[in-house]
Amino acid sequence: MTAVLVFLGAAIGAPARYLADRAVQNRHDSGFPWGTLSVNALGSLVLGGLSGTGLGSSSPVMALLGVGFCGALTTFSTFGFETVRLAEDRAHLRAAANIVVSVVAAVGAASLGHAAVHALVA
Amino acid sequence: MTPRAQPDEPVDPDVDVHVPDQRTEISRTRGAVLAVIGLGGGLGALARYGMSQALPTAPGRFPWATFAENVLGCLLIGVLMVLVTEVWTAHRLVRPFLGVGVLGGFTTFSTYAVEFRELLQPESVPLAFAYLGATMLCALLAALLGMWLARSLAARKSAVASAERSRS
Repeated sequence: MTAVLVFLGAAIGAPARYLADRAVQNRHDSGFPWGTLSVNALGSLVLGGLSGTGLGSSSPVMALLGVGFCGALTTFSTFGFETVRLAEDRAHLRAAANIVVSVVAAVGAASLGHAAVHALVA
Repeated sequence: MTPRAQPDEPVDPDVDVHVPDQRTEISRTRGAVLAVIGLGGGLGALARYGMSQALPTAPGRFPWATFAENVLGCLLIGVLMVLVTEVWTAHRLVRPFLGVGVLGGFTTFSTYAVEFRELLQPESVPLAFAYLGATMLCALLAALLGMWLARSLAARKSAVASAERSRS
């Protein structure tokens, strides 16, 4: 049952990443990968919030939304490839900025989500 | 010397609106691109779930499962993207299924961020930063290695093919 929920959450999360990435690129055309950064920050906010509920990793909500949806909405492979491609195109500053901004945004969003939900349920 | 990417090759492997074929792929494939991304994402996430079950992380310990998933996923996206953009003319659903779907679903940035935050306890602060830095360093090197391996293989194959042509 848990595996089915993980699959379903991810089957929504992965196309959502593709559509969100596309929408961000269409509105904000630049050489910086804003699309991937946005989905990674958003997914980290939601997963941070879920971790603040105190639900165990085996709960159905966590399997569907946490492991499945947030896990597939966010991506390390796309981020990693983009960073290497930026460096390869000699955009070293953008590559370094992508690393720093992605980590700070994702960790900040996860902490914010956790703190907000934890305050609500406590 | 290993061949490098052409400047017009996509930077974002999920979707790059600067690449004309990718800008219109939803309508050209009549939405099939979204279906294969969903299927691939589901399969990739199942593999991630299975690996996390096999290598459970105790609180306060290094999250080896997520580390391994993110590093392996970066190695494979490096290989895949070089193959589909520089070596083959791949079917138009290969990148969406394997790259956006399977590898995007297999790797995760949100779990990485949440695990780092959870390790930020007084007794495990050094471990938290070790996890943050080790994942970043190894994943980026893995992506670079994957691209290099695929390009070297392609360069060797084309060298062998041209040597055979000149011999015959």
